[in-house]
Amino acid sequence: MTSLPTWVVSALPLVYIAILAAFAGYEVISRVPTLLHTPLMSGSNFIHGAVLAGSMIMLGLAENLPEQIVGFVAVLLAAANVTGGYAVTDRILEMFDRAKQRQDQQKKEKGS
Amino acid sequence: MEWIYDIIEPVYFVAAILFVLALRAMSDPATARRGIVWAGIGMFFAVAVTVLIPATFYDGGITPTSTLEVNFVLMGIAVAIGGAMAYYAAIKVKMTNMPQMVAIYNGMGGGAAAAIAAVDLMRNGLPSGLLGGLPSGAYSPLDLVGGMIGSVSFAGSLIAFLKLQGWMTQKPVTFPGQNIVNSLVLILAAVFGVLFVYDPALFAGIPISFLALFFLFGLLYGIMMALPIGGADMPVVISLFNALTGIAVGIDGFALTNFAMIIAGVIVGAAGSLLTYLMAKAMNRSISNVLFSAFGSKEETGVEIKGSLKPTDPDDVAMQLAYASKVIIAPGYGMAVAQAQGKVKEMCDILEQKGVTVKFAIHPVAGRMPGHMNVLLAEAGVSYDKLFDIDEINPEFATTDVAMVIGANDTVNPAAHRQGSPLFGMPVLEVEQAKAVVVLKRGQGKGFAGIENDLFYRDNCKMLYGDATDSLAKVVQALKKL
Repeated sequence: MTSLPTWVVSALPLVYIAILAAFAGYEVISRVPTLLHTPLMSGSNFIHGAVLAGSMIMLGLAENLPEQIVGFVAVLLAAANVTGGYAVTDRILEMFDRAKQRQDQQKKEKGS
Repeated sequence: MEWIYDIIEPVYFVAAILFVLALRAMSDPATARRGIVWAGIGMFFAVAVTVLIPATFYDGGITPTSTLEVNFVLMGIAVAIGGAMAYYAAIKVKMTNMPQMVAIYNGMGGGAAAAIAAVDLMRNGLPSGLLGGLPSGAYSPLDLVGGMIGSVSFAGSLIAFLKLQGWMTQKPVTFPGQNIVNSLVLILAAVFGVLFVYDPALFAGIPISFLALFFLFGLLYGIMMALPIGGADMPVVISLFNALTGIAVGIDGFALTNFAMIIAGVIVGAAGSLLTYLMAKAMNRSISNVLFSAFGSKEETGVEIKGSLKPTDPDDVAMQLAYASKVIIAPGYGMAVAQAQGKVKEMCDILEQKGVTVKFAIHPVAGRMPGHMNVLLAEAGVSYDKLFDIDEINPEFATTDVAMVIGANDTVNPAAHRQGSPLFGMPVLEVEQAKAVVVLKRGQGKGFAGIENDLFYRDNCKMLYGDATDSLAKVVQALKKL
């Protein structure tokens, strides 16, 4: 285990990034009203779809059939996570938009 | 082709900023829609430049060229199939079924994270030095943890999906010694994982590899973890699995030294954990209580409820509503099941024309997801400035003429104020303080927590039995005649 100090040192920048990302995630959520919890959960579900990046790298590296099969499954699932996550979030938020537009319209009608 | 990384890293950097800004924008209803578009742009570019990474394997001699070409074709097929099916399902599904869609897509993310870890373990880590990777040996603990969390999230989310979709019982599935059996499954998974890393060829005669056993037991643990959890606790659990997938993606990101995955995964892990905590807190329970106590399987004994259930009819309800000056509506899961939100909006419009003030009381855990009621009411066109959180609305019940409870039960149960009740301490909507309470309910059954609701027996409370949509349609007709 003589290599331990080296790999700790080389991993440090990654750890810093992770810590900062954790703070960002925490800060961002602590200000969200209950009203938006569902779209937010759905939105963060979309964001961890970045797993598609890793899936493509792994499938690219696959050298034999078992690795190709598992890599293929990874890309398939990750692609579903990304597209499904985006579409669901967009649909939920679209309803908020529509509710707002209808409300604005009603205000205008009342005003005129 | 090392220069490719000079393109990839700045793009990842911009994508990471977009992810954070996107979540920030989603914290305000006015900018929320913009948020998902920013996240989408960030994701598109992050994924697009990532395709360049396998391209560097051509001249790196890392993957044989012919295999690499096959891999690229497979990649295209997988993205096309996975993307098209998920997109089709997402735009076709009914709005009331959104919670399970989030669960299933989240599970797929977890499955992908587990599969990545599996490939990395199968090939004993990345070729040394690739992707500026970690020194050899560091990959295996990361892959084991990432793979484990990913499999648990995958299998658990699948159970959550089946329960919410009604394809399996929504009730907690329990058996004696459950927590011990579950712990054993988890320990066995860990043992198989460590054995595989320690020596893949150990006991070479065994026909199934330790790696397969590791993932099988990981998946089994995910199933076992979700089984004892009932339908009403699903918001907390979906949020928890969402956070877990985030963490698994982040850990895989370390193993692959992929900044996009680290940042996206960790942000979601942190945000999701906090969200899970907030949701459990709204029910006045700890996360471990939600996970391990099979809530709803126990009943309170020795409490007698005085009074009787008083049924009413739609005409009476319409009369009460029409002559009220302030009405507060408390919706619950029953409204979602009956798809009654459209009728609610219609009734609300008529009442407002008659000069009645209508407000909505939203309990944080009403429905099957945080904000579930908000989403449904927004779909029906109710503007969100009529929706109020529990703390804002509770002082108002005392000055309210009619409180209408639509398919909610535990979230309006005054038993929460009584010591010894399983609900004790949970914040509830204090509808019983209104001058009159009308409860729309399918039948005389108990709520998810299996506790009698004394609210229904109060003198000021009347019951309107039947499907919420039918009942409301009749109330609306009666209102129109008045």
